[in-house]
Amino acid sequence: MVKIKSPAELGALKNSIMEKRQAEKPVITICNGTGCQAYGSKSVVAAFENEVKKQNLESKVDLKVIGCPGFCERGTLVVIKPKDIFYQRVLPKDVPEILSETIGKGNIVNRLLFTDRARNEKIVKEGDVPFYKSQMRLILGNNELIDPEKIDDYIAIGGYTALAKALQMTPETIIAEVKKSGLRGRGGAGFPTGNKWESTRNAHGDIKYIICNADEGDPGAFMDRSLVEGNPHSVLEGMIIGAYAIGGHEGYVYVRNEYPLAVKNMRLAIEQAEAYGLLGDNILGSGFSFHLQIRRGGGAFVCGESTALMASLEGKVGEPRAKYIHTSEQGLFGKPSNLNNVETWANVPLIINKGADWYSKIGTAGSKGTKIFALVGNITNTGLVEVPMGTTLRTIVFDIGGGIPKGRKFKAVQTGGPSGGMIPEKLLDLPVDFDELTKAGSMMGSGGMIVMDEKTCMVEMARYYTNFLMGESCGKCVPCREGLRQMKYILDSITEGRGKEGDIELLQDLAATMVDASLCQLGQSASNPVMSSIRYFRDEYEAHIKEHKCPAGVCKIAAAAAK
Amino acid sequence: MVNLTINGRQIKTEANTTVLEAARANNISIPTLCANEATAPYGACRLCLVEIKTARGRERLVTSCLYNVEEGLTVQTNTDRIRKIRKMLIELLLARCPDSDVIQKLAQEYGVGKSRFVEQSGTNKCILCANCSRTCEEVVGVSAISLSKRGTEREMTTPFGDDFSDVCIGCGSCSFSCPTGAITVEDKKGKRTITFPHNIVEFKLKKCSVCGQYWAPEKQIKYIAKTSGTPLTDYDKCPDCRD
Repeated sequence: MVKIKSPAELGALKNSIMEKRQAEKPVITICNGTGCQAYGSKSVVAAFENEVKKQNLESKVDLKVIGCPGFCERGTLVVIKPKDIFYQRVLPKDVPEILSETIGKGNIVNRLLFTDRARNEKIVKEGDVPFYKSQMRLILGNNELIDPEKIDDYIAIGGYTALAKALQMTPETIIAEVKKSGLRGRGGAGFPTGNKWESTRNAHGDIKYIICNADEGDPGAFMDRSLVEGNPHSVLEGMIIGAYAIGGHEGYVYVRNEYPLAVKNMRLAIEQAEAYGLLGDNILGSGFSFHLQIRRGGGAFVCGESTALMASLEGKVGEPRAKYIHTSEQGLFGKPSNLNNVETWANVPLIINKGADWYSKIGTAGSKGTKIFALVGNITNTGLVEVPMGTTLRTIVFDIGGGIPKGRKFKAVQTGGPSGGMIPEKLLDLPVDFDELTKAGSMMGSGGMIVMDEKTCMVEMARYYTNFLMGESCGKCVPCREGLRQMKYILDSITEGRGKEGDIELLQDLAATMVDASLCQLGQSASNPVMSSIRYFRDEYEAHIKEHKCPAGVCKIAAAAAK
Repeated sequence: MVNLTINGRQIKTEANTTVLEAARANNISIPTLCANEATAPYGACRLCLVEIKTARGRERLVTSCLYNVEEGLTVQTNTDRIRKIRKMLIELLLARCPDSDVIQKLAQEYGVGKSRFVEQSGTNKCILCANCSRTCEEVVGVSAISLSKRGTEREMTTPFGDDFSDVCIGCGSCSFSCPTGAITVEDKKGKRTITFPHNIVEFKLKKCSVCGQYWAPEKQIKYIAKTSGTPLTDYDKCPDCRD
């Protein structure tokens, strides 16, 4: 690879890539993210590669192995462009037919099409699938256009043009633009990104660290994984722009080791960006240098907390510290640091390219842009959903998610991961943004959405999450460690039919202390599942305690109640 | 110098002191278990929480052992809200360490009767404040013991949980810094026994060449000689018998 020394050379490179590609030549994209691979997508990819050779179609079709497009429920997904023919649940045995019929003769393979059950019709084009129709896939949509292992694919869709543009702006203008866009941190806390950048830029010190938090740990959440796996360059580009704006020359991507494909693709992306001169010394001939390294996390949930993450980066035990001195003043190795989540970084190139005015028109008054949610649980269409902030839960669960399977009724949705809250049916029209979710006793968190149907016991769910957090608390401070331990004991006894009068009040008292007294956000939010389930489903607690009954029929309490 | 108010009293103090230090210097008591002036503040026991109002009018709860004083700060150390939090924390600690007289005394002081929570094994007095391991690391410079595991599984232990530690010099600083008496040291018949919450480690004591008293663990003497660069023979006599 030849180093790109100026924005003009980047444009020339893009043109030369485009010239080599024939717009009319069909491209078959096959999803091959971690989730798809669990479905067996690797064997589908192999089947396509073999079969293309066997049928002598090399000159007629290109194959593109992509990251996660989001519709995990129907994987392995195969899309034939430019016609956008959408095949779902594709198995290796379907491959010869797709090639001979669709590529060879231009026929549609009907049985592989998606069926819209509501209208009972087969859908041919990807864009017409209801799951995709109500989404706004500004960030995730690019996963479908690129092979994450090929930087040229990213450059072909306009990748790194935001960086080229940013390098011709002053750092102050970039920060002003990000502030004006209203972008808030996608990791959960929702802190205004531009303000964070500004404080880090203004902090005293020569060395400033730029950190990407890819330590996604919420059960059921996988949007950060899918972004890093499927489009690592968008995260890199955001980080390089951020580094330039803040004045940082060294950075880290902290990614959990349980995401081997994400680690691999990010490593590859860094190598390729360095080879092109988009990362490293004298980026695009601007004189600005930025070096990036990957650090793998050991799988502690608490290391997603920024101060614990930095402790882990320093080689210490991943324990949080009090944030009275901000990370922007004293963060990693005691130096001013700026830490943002994967999705936050991925939003940056978009803001620079399209402008803050355009960006801030998307979303609600207090939360701008789109948000990717991991829609899982008792839901028809499991997958990743990207919608503008302010989209209602009803749209996400029913229009996009396709509602509850097996003809059951919706009961609640847990947003924000294990320390989020359970939101009941009466709040389904809640517009989802940072502030509304907090008001409802839950939180945005990183964007997990776990849907529960009528056969779910809310007390048991609260117990499950409490148990998870009990094991994942670092154990440093008393209210979190001992509070969760005792909370779990009380919930155990309620779900086993040994609950006592006063248990609900004791849980509430305990939760209030955990909120007030815990050292970090993990402990402060750990009681959310319990508190929100008491708030919205108190009758279920009372049924367990007073009548020794589990209304959902989940808890086995007959034996204990008989005593 | 910084001016602040604690419980209505005007206080002038050096910058870069914590609220806890400022309060204590002015005879205002704030309960703590994990604060130890020999080590860096840690903020684990949460008993030292206080209510503050900043000069700009922001009100919040902060950990006084970690929060530095600032101009115009108003601090309340003993409000109803604070007492309520402390009571719950003490009740949790009482369930964890029902046999600890230090916790029992605190419970009495704060009017906590019997804990409503499930009691843990009665013999363990360790509240995991890490005073011992922090002292061992920051003051002694040895790091013989450490916290291991996380969440409710967390415990203070030797490497690999053995009744043996290669690096421990047997100085007993851990026991000295422990607020609840969870680590004990006993010298008997030329042997020092340190009993940690989950391990027991023994050390050979050195005999004074003059008076014949056992006066320090041999490993500690070697460590002192090494770190101070003095010959081992300097330590043949106990401090009392030296000129």
